[in-house]
Amino acid sequence: MNVTIQEETRSEQVSALVVSGEVDAYTAPQLREKLMPLCKENREIYLDLSRVDYMDSTGLGVLIGAYKQLRSGGGRLVLTGMSPRLKRLMKITGLTEILDIEDGV
Amino acid sequence: MDQTKDVIKLVIPAKAQYVGVVRLTVSGIANRLGFNYDEIEDMKLAVAEACTNAVDHAYRECEDKGNIDVTFHIFGDRLEIKIKDEGNSFDIAAVKKRCGPIENQLPFTSMRERGLGLHLMETLMDRVDIHGGQGVVVTLTKFTNRDEVDQDVDSPAKTESNR
Repeated sequence: MNVTIQEETRSEQVSALVVSGEVDAYTAPQLREKLMPLCKENREIYLDLSRVDYMDSTGLGVLIGAYKQLRSGGGRLVLTGMSPRLKRLMKITGLTEILDIEDGV
Repeated sequence: MDQTKDVIKLVIPAKAQYVGVVRLTVSGIANRLGFNYDEIEDMKLAVAEACTNAVDHAYRECEDKGNIDVTFHIFGDRLEIKIKDEGNSFDIAAVKKRCGPIENQLPFTSMRERGLGLHLMETLMDRVDIHGGQGVVVTLTKFTNRDEVDQDVDSPAKTESNR
């Protein structure tokens, strides 16, 4: 019941993060701490969620916060590798229509 | 058919790190009752949302965070999960009015980062009852026989996938 976040810089102003594990009320603050400063420094952030086996609304809250931060600076957040469960979560909450979701990595 | 067959109780401290323990318990019990993978994952998520709300809101002003009681009532045709806290109550009607999916017509700056929990519970479970008073009791119900259930519970997801 933990989360690990690996960061790689792809190029200037583009970052990619690989998130693994469970993103819930306990672990979401770790994701937020890692993600939010990057959103202020970068124009594009790729978030690989293929190794996330659980996410709840607190995790979604972090993604929405990051999306808002990036968009306010003209940047974008791209989510990749979502499992069918995560896609279902996005559909139910209406986020499929809003967030940038790509299949594969 | 309405006779409770078995009751399982779990008490956790109202802290975020123990919500995962409730999820594991949900998984174990639901698996035992023959729910399928998606139903089990739906229940884990709904129960976690209720527990997270209890951790977040109910005990906000207390130094001593108190406990959350989770009771699993196993009936012949359904699993009822009661999540009870002893914290501060809230205006249930007002919260219900605000709940729902995120609407993409609104400007992105006004997007909510919180408050999706109740909407998730209502979409993922067959029935959600919330009672206030001394603390809050959320009762989440999932029927074991899907044929007897109003299939509309899944409608937000289905409407989306039909596009």
